[in-house]
Parts: sequence; structure tokens; C-alpha cells
Amino acid sequence: MLIPYQFGRISAGDGMNNKIYLDNSATTPLASEVLEAMTPFFQSSYGNASSLHSTGRDAHKAMEQSRSLIAEHLGVTPHEIVFTSGATEADNLALLGTALRTNGGGHMITSRIEHDAVRHTARWLATRGFDVTLLDVDEAGRVSAQDVRKALRPDTLLVSVMAGNNEIGTLQPIQEIGEICRERDVLFHTDAVQAYGKVGLPMDVIDMLAVSAHKLHGPKGVGFLYVRKGVKLAPLLHGGGHEGGRRSGTENIPGIVGLGEATRLAFAEKEQVSARMRQFRDQLITGVLKLPGTRLNGHPTDSLPHIANFSFEAIEGESLIMKLDEHDIAASTGSACSSPNLEPSHVLVALGVPLSMAHGSLRISTGRQTTSHEIEKLLQVLPVVVQELRDISPFKVGG
Amino acid sequence: MYTDKVIDHFREPHNRGKMEDYSAIGKVGNIVCGDVMWLYIKVEQDESGRDIIVDISWETFGCTAAIATSSMVSDLAKGKTVEEAIAVTNQDVASELGGLPPVKMHCSALAADALNEAIHNYFIQEGREIPAALQERHAHIAKEMAQLEERYAAFTRKSGEKPRGCE
Ligand SMILES: Cc1ncc(COP(=O)(O)O)c(C=O)c1O
Ligand code: FES
Repeated sequence: MLIPYQFGRISAGDGMNNKIYLDNSATTPLASEVLEAMTPFFQSSYGNASSLHSTGRDAHKAMEQSRSLIAEHLGVTPHEIVFTSGATEADNLALLGTALRTNGGGHMITSRIEHDAVRHTARWLATRGFDVTLLDVDEAGRVSAQDVRKALRPDTLLVSVMAGNNEIGTLQPIQEIGEICRERDVLFHTDAVQAYGKVGLPMDVIDMLAVSAHKLHGPKGVGFLYVRKGVKLAPLLHGGGHEGGRRSGTENIPGIVGLGEATRLAFAEKEQVSARMRQFRDQLITGVLKLPGTRLNGHPTDSLPHIANFSFEAIEGESLIMKLDEHDIAASTGSACSSPNLEPSHVLVALGVPLSMAHGSLRISTGRQTTSHEIEKLLQVLPVVVQELRDISPFKVGG
Repeated sequence: MYTDKVIDHFREPHNRGKMEDYSAIGKVGNIVCGDVMWLYIKVEQDESGRDIIVDISWETFGCTAAIATSSMVSDLAKGKTVEEAIAVTNQDVASELGGLPPVKMHCSALAADALNEAIHNYFIQEGREIPAALQERHAHIAKEMAQLEERYAAFTRKSGEKPRGCE
């Protein structure tokens, strides 16, 4: 049982519980290695990385070590990594930073299934004199590289297509898209929040890439934008000129160290953890599709290993999440009832999932801590709770 | 975000399921918009000739709040005279549940509407004169449904899906 934090009072949620957490695309638990790496930077090496004294220099050194480690794993140079407050900021920096370099106006291409950090930024730019092309996806959620080619215009500034989708897991042909952009001399940005540390990334055709630590068993509120050398962005935050003038603000050293350690861990375990996740995903797909009135949303195989998205006929997703929660299982849904504006997930809508099925969607996302016992437990509980809800639904399966 | 009372009703909903020998049924909502409730009432006259809702049940496709409000509205109407039941509002339903998040208030409206529609249908079936308040609310519900359908029309066009729920 977790007790809400009371400011001014030390209160202990015990942290450990018997919950089965299958919502790792939303966020992940911090790995103990990451916590351990971060801890000294709160109270002993707490310096400001800009300070001249040794306390500051220690912080600076740790930050640069993290930067180098990340760069090494991506096969890029450290200077190309710009630390940010997370992927929302990194995506904003890529799109707005590109737009603000112009005299106003120009064309951008993105897809219908981007995370809101890209989608709403592009939408906002469209109200500010920029033309935005939204690429459709096929029924598995894939953008076609040929559509990118067709959409390119002489005034196209940027193409932004995510590496792997956060709701359905579908991988995008970013290698091909990147090559087309390179050929046409157009910037290519990819939101790799869910793909980083899980699948390979074709860095040689990517100009900008956004990552967030908290999806990777790192801390919340920190991430980075990879910015290829030579790519010019207008900064969004002006101030002390941190991050080579690309992002001012005293650096979040514990966070940056945590991001570095989370990266090290993810890449060290990548093959092993991804293989396990893929096995869980296959097991889930087989298990869920055995039930009547179900469907898989997204691509059966060309997918991130940790995300599986299903729909259940005749039931609504928010109540399904609450039923699972009764059994201490945490997952998520793209149903309209669960969203603040009561609209169904734009991703499921873009796939052409019928609305009735979009209402009954369930996203299961695994993490490095997920066990096969947890997957089995979910597959035991799911048919029971689905039936409970179908029993009180006016709609009948297949009807 | 939900009160304990909402969660209790969601976990153990009262009067759930279909009824075979109902007197009238109220169908509101639309699967395309995401919430559908069918409410069954069984009405009998007592010794003094008053119409009493002797039994009530429901089937709901919707969120936690929709299921909890279905349960609550059935509690509130059961055993009441039809006139008393007409007076049940969505505010009553919500406050009996200890409140609902603002974004979920429309789910309580769905429950109160279903009750209204069931009674409206009962009056029509019996060839009774329909009280003005009931008629007014019936018209209002129809208008809201049309608005909802309009709101979701773009989605519906895209998927070619037919609205199901309120006939
Ligand atoms: C694909 C994708 N992009 C961007 C974000 C935003 O990241 P952050 O929470 O670090 O702002 C998320 C997570 O919410 C995501 O899944
Ligand atoms: S039924 Fe959709 S929000 Fe309650």
C-alpha cells in the first residue's frame, strides 16, 4: 500500500507491492542501479555544472560522462546530445527549433499517429503560418515511405515520424524515410522514446532523435534530443547558454546521470530483455486472440517488443482497466471514456479501428522487471473480467 | 478520482443484467460515442392504483462511472411510484455516489435519462397522457443524442461504422 507523500513530513510508501505493472509505455519503475548512480548527486556532488570550484567540476564531469556514454551507444559524438526536461521538450525543440529558424512559413510532414508532443506541436505550427501534411497509416499503423516521398515539397523543412508507436508498438520504416529525406536534403526527426534501447536505430539517416529517461527505468523529467552536427535549431529556452546555447537552464545533474545509467543498463541488457519481451508479447497475442470478440491493434510482428494493444468487443476500456486494477494489474486504454476530452485514441482512429472496438482497447506494455508469472496471471484474470463486463453489456459478442 | 462509493457500486453493481418480463425499456446512448445504457422497468399497480416500479434492471456499456450510476439509479427508482421516479435527476444520482469527476457527470445524466425514457415508453405503451415534465425531458434527450451523433460523425464516416444503441 502506497501512502501519498505529505510535504513536510517523511512518509514511507514501502515501494514494494504485489501489483502487476503492465503500463511500462506510460512510465517505468526506476532501476536500483539508476537510483544508486543518481543518489550522490543530490547531497554530496550537488554542484552546479557551470561553477569553477571542484564541487561544480564534479557535477560537470558526471554530466559529460553521461553524454559520452549515450553518444557512444548511439555511435554519435557527445556534442550532438542536448539534454532536455524530457521527450516533450525534445520533440518541441526539434519542431519549433526548426520552424523558428525560418522567417515564418514552410512545410512540415508528420504522421497521424505521433505522440501528442509532436502532434500538438505540429498542429500549433499549422495555426502559425506553417503547412503541415499528416501522413495516413495502413491498418497496422505503418506510414509508407513512398507517401513521404510524394508529400515532399521544395519548401519542406522537416519530416517527423516516430520510430515505434507508444500505443500499438508498430515500427515505422525510418531507415527508408531517412534515406528519402537525405536524398532530398530535408531534415528528418524521429521520436524514439519507445524504441531507444529496445531496437536498432539507423543513426546515419537521422538528423534529430528524441528520448526520455523515464520510459527506460530512468527518472522522470529528463531526456535528450540528438541533434546532428550542422543542424541549426533556434533555442526555445534562452538564458545562461547551457548545452552549447541550445538549451539554457542549470542542468539536472542527478537526472542526467540517471539517464546515462539507464542507457548503459538498457543497452547492456538489450538483446536479453527484448527477446523476453517479445516472447511475452507473442504469448499475450496467442492468449488474448483465443477469446471471442477480440482483435490485435497494430502489427503482429513488425513491432516494438514491449507493447501489445487489443480490443474487446462489447465492453468499454476504462471499466476494463478498473476491473484489472481490482486484481492489482495496471494497464491502460485508448478509450474515449478514459480521455479528458472524451475522444478515442487518435492512433486507433487512424488505423481505422471501428469506434466501438476503439472503446474497448487495452494496452499492455512490459518492462525489464516483468515476469512470465505476471503474464500468466494477466491471461488468467483477463477472460474473467472481460466476461463480467460483457455480462452487463447490452451488446453481445458477434452481434 | 472516483469516490469509494462509486468503486463499491462498480465492483458489486445492484440490479444488473437483462430482464425478461419487463413492462418497458429505456435505451439511451450510442456505442459510437462510447456509452450505452438499457434500463428495464417492471411496473405494477398497488392497492390504491398507483404505478409502482416493482423491479428494475439494466445493461450498460460504459466506464466505471456509467456502471456505478446505472447501479445507483436502479436503487433510487426501485419501489418508487412512477411519479417519484420521474423526479430523480442526474444530480441525485451523482450526489448519492458522493460526487463524480466533472468530466464524468454526463454518465450520471445517461442513467437518469434511461430511467426517464423507460417511463416515457411505459406511458406511451399504456396509452396514458404524458406529463409535461416527462415529455420535455424526452425532447431534450433526443436533442442531446443528435448533438452527440454529430460530434462523432467525423469518426463514424471514417470507419463506416453504424451507430448502435438507441433505437
Ligand atoms: C512516443 C512518446 N513521445 C514523447 C513522450 C513524452 O515524453 P516525456 O514524458 O519525457 O515528456 C512519450 C511519453 O509520454 C512518448 O511515449
Ligand atoms: S461512459 Fe463514457 S465517460 Fe462514462
